[in-house]
Amino acid sequence: MATAEVSNTRTLKVKRFKPSEDPKKTYLTEEKGLWSWLTTVDHKKIGLMYLGSVTLFFLLGGVLALLLRTELLTPAKTFIEADTYNQFFTLHGAIMVFFVLVPSIPAALGNFILPMQLGAKDVAFPRLNLASFYIYVIGAIFTFFALVNNGLDTGWTFYTPYSIESNSSVIWVTLGAFILGFSSILTGTNFITTIHKMRAPGITWGKLPLNIWALYATSIIQVLATPVLAITLLLLTMERVFGIGIFDPAMGGDPVLFQHFFWFYSHPAVYIMIVPGFGIISEVITTFSKKHIFGYWAIALSSLAIAFIGFLVWGHHMFTSGQSAVATTVFSFLTFLVGIPTGIKILNWVATLYKGSIEMKTPMIYVFIFLFLFSIGGFTGIMLGSLAADIHLHDTYYVVAHFHYVMMGGTLIALLAGLHFWWPKMTGKMYNEFQAKIGAALIFIGFNMTFLPQFIMGSQGMPRRYYNYIDQFTIFHQTSTIGSYILGVGFLLIAYYLLVSLFRGEKAPANPWGSRGLEWQATSPPDLHNFDHTPVIINGPYDYHKPMEEFQLGLADSGHNGHDPSHDATGAKQEVVSN
Amino acid sequence: MGSLFDFMLPELKSPMTGATTDALMGFIHIVSFIILAGVTIAMIYFAIKYRRRSEDDETPLITHNNKLEITWSVIPLLLVFIVFGWGYKGWLNLQTVPDNAYEIQVSAYKWGWTFKYDTGAQIGNEVHVPAGRPVKLVMQSEDVLHSFFVPDYRIKQDVLPNRYTYVWFQAEETGESQVFCTEYCGTSHSDMLAKVIVHTEEDFQAWLEDQGTGGGGTPEERGENLITLQGCVSCHSVDGSAGIAPSFQGLWGKERNFQNASSVTADENYIRESILNPSAKIVEGFQNQMVSYEGRLSDDDISDIIEYIKTLEE
Repeated sequence: MATAEVSNTRTLKVKRFKPSEDPKKTYLTEEKGLWSWLTTVDHKKIGLMYLGSVTLFFLLGGVLALLLRTELLTPAKTFIEADTYNQFFTLHGAIMVFFVLVPSIPAALGNFILPMQLGAKDVAFPRLNLASFYIYVIGAIFTFFALVNNGLDTGWTFYTPYSIESNSSVIWVTLGAFILGFSSILTGTNFITTIHKMRAPGITWGKLPLNIWALYATSIIQVLATPVLAITLLLLTMERVFGIGIFDPAMGGDPVLFQHFFWFYSHPAVYIMIVPGFGIISEVITTFSKKHIFGYWAIALSSLAIAFIGFLVWGHHMFTSGQSAVATTVFSFLTFLVGIPTGIKILNWVATLYKGSIEMKTPMIYVFIFLFLFSIGGFTGIMLGSLAADIHLHDTYYVVAHFHYVMMGGTLIALLAGLHFWWPKMTGKMYNEFQAKIGAALIFIGFNMTFLPQFIMGSQGMPRRYYNYIDQFTIFHQTSTIGSYILGVGFLLIAYYLLVSLFRGEKAPANPWGSRGLEWQATSPPDLHNFDHTPVIINGPYDYHKPMEEFQLGLADSGHNGHDPSHDATGAKQEVVSN
Repeated sequence: MGSLFDFMLPELKSPMTGATTDALMGFIHIVSFIILAGVTIAMIYFAIKYRRRSEDDETPLITHNNKLEITWSVIPLLLVFIVFGWGYKGWLNLQTVPDNAYEIQVSAYKWGWTFKYDTGAQIGNEVHVPAGRPVKLVMQSEDVLHSFFVPDYRIKQDVLPNRYTYVWFQAEETGESQVFCTEYCGTSHSDMLAKVIVHTEEDFQAWLEDQGTGGGGTPEERGENLITLQGCVSCHSVDGSAGIAPSFQGLWGKERNFQNASSVTADENYIRESILNPSAKIVEGFQNQMVSYEGRLSDDDISDIIEYIKTLEE
């Protein structure tokens, strides 16, 4: 069977390596103790440390969200002061964007899965990877310092001149975000290098899993866009500290310039958040339909198209800002172009289901929820891209609902899909499937109950970032608040059964879902070096029509995953051994 | 379905500015709903029809279909071109103020609005306009960014400290419409509300005449008027109640204790300094939230305000 014709010029000796169902040594058992975690260069442990930090921040941001929703139960003061409310929504936004959504999928799940899907031992620069994590931690410390020292009340967008005049800890938080940016840049650089240089023999660009394509596109945006945020935040700090007039009209600056700089990063940043989610959806939907992905190149290239066009649409956040009429027109036009590749992806995923063998396990349920919620987020995005409609809807709850459908209904639901999909691989334990389905149902109901009413009240004119509101919006706010409590219960349930699974969960088999993905051909949990052989790939990652044996090949003469010189050999013909 | 989308929007009171917006929003909602329903039904249908029957299920190899890819790229592309053109047309209309528009100057500040008429009349947080006539608002901010939003007219425009921006509308019927500030501007952002009050042409002229020219009156009366128009009262109460800032009542002649442990008696020079350089002395228990009124209040204005504060005894 296996004629391992990796290229025309060389032939490799391969044999089958069936993953052990009962691994003696795993990355969790081989190096133990707190110190081994804190100093690890293992991408899997670093991924899990990111996952832990992201979860912690999500808890904090989530509690803030519930406090905000509770305050909004009544039109006037419910239980907190206006200034406290302003600080809470600012911190909710800043934490969820900078500390949760941006690192969630790439740094947590991506770190764990990317080298495994490439058949590599680790990322290209393992120490740099650990440095990225610690830079993230330092950024977090700065932000916590701001939290206890004066807070922050500018909104996560730091619009000038308000952020110049505000008494709160603008400098600490901007420096925190500045430092955090380097973590993002370094992770991106690391991933790009790894994808280019560390693919196992046989993984051509046409055989890259779509998750890798998505992470590749994301990394490019991270490397190119994040420095602009860093510069913008530095300029803001210089203006505040040294009184150099850049954005503040009182000192001869221009406040709209800040918005241009800010959105030049922050719009591509929404693609940093959502594109890795697309990768997860492609992996999960093929596995649970047992079917080849429909439109591999359409999905792979649309990620790159989104990454590229995503740089050219920042001005659609500024239709009412007073920017030039020409800019407004061009940005509206380009905004619609970025909608097309996104639509193409959705339709390709739905087409993948056609004639599949569909099993509705929890990760697949989240994929269905994603497709529904993210589509709503996409359509309302078209609404907001349209000039006349945006003038009415800008800065209302319609926008709030839109970006929660995209960021939470999209990114976060994709993260939950990925977390449930790879949980057995990461921990070696199975979670309770029934409880997981209840959790997904609670999330779906709670989410829609929270955010659907926000579309209606936004359209009726309810502005965002309002502490008090006029009476006519009461019923929508109250429905939304109750929905958010259901959402909260859903997340607690997920945390509960995942924690229980760590201690009492059934042991996970190496490949519980029957996936053809390379990461599933390692043991659960994986070996310290992922594979104890050098994997060789002869099929595409979604070739479900081919037998499982063909996905378990490795270099015959590699006893361990050393970088065997034989696959660097040029032109040397070797005998093919099939087993 | 149509009625649901109607329910989503407030009653349209300025068809000249909002009719395109409403029609466009209806179009996008209906088309989106049809596509979303199609996608959702297809997903659920496939999930049931092709559910896994055994672990050994074989699936056909379908890798791609270029005709399908082109179809579902080109049709949405055409749809978004329609949406773009339609939205652009509506937006051009919002940018193009009719020549016969009645002009009102608007000044936004933390946290209120002042509307100035060509007669010199000024009024805070209420803009009176004639029905059936286009009205242009020329807007400027005294401090940070604000945004002028009237949902009933489907208009919104940011108000900036360093340039003029404008909006226009034409209310057809008499009545009131709500104005919101939609650019976050701090503590009382959500209280920065105003009303548009639409009169018949005759009533409007009568109202404008009643307002006089904005000047006149005793210094105390002018001072009282100024602290409303300039938004002082949105932080400084005149009845002794504590707000974001110290109350004006009982201020005159009292010993003031500051954050830096110094103190001074509230006289003319102290009040003048507090207006022109608010951060110089911060009263204990309060935060520096105020911006300088230099350039916004003349020396006479400041004197009148001081005269008024003198009358506010405890």
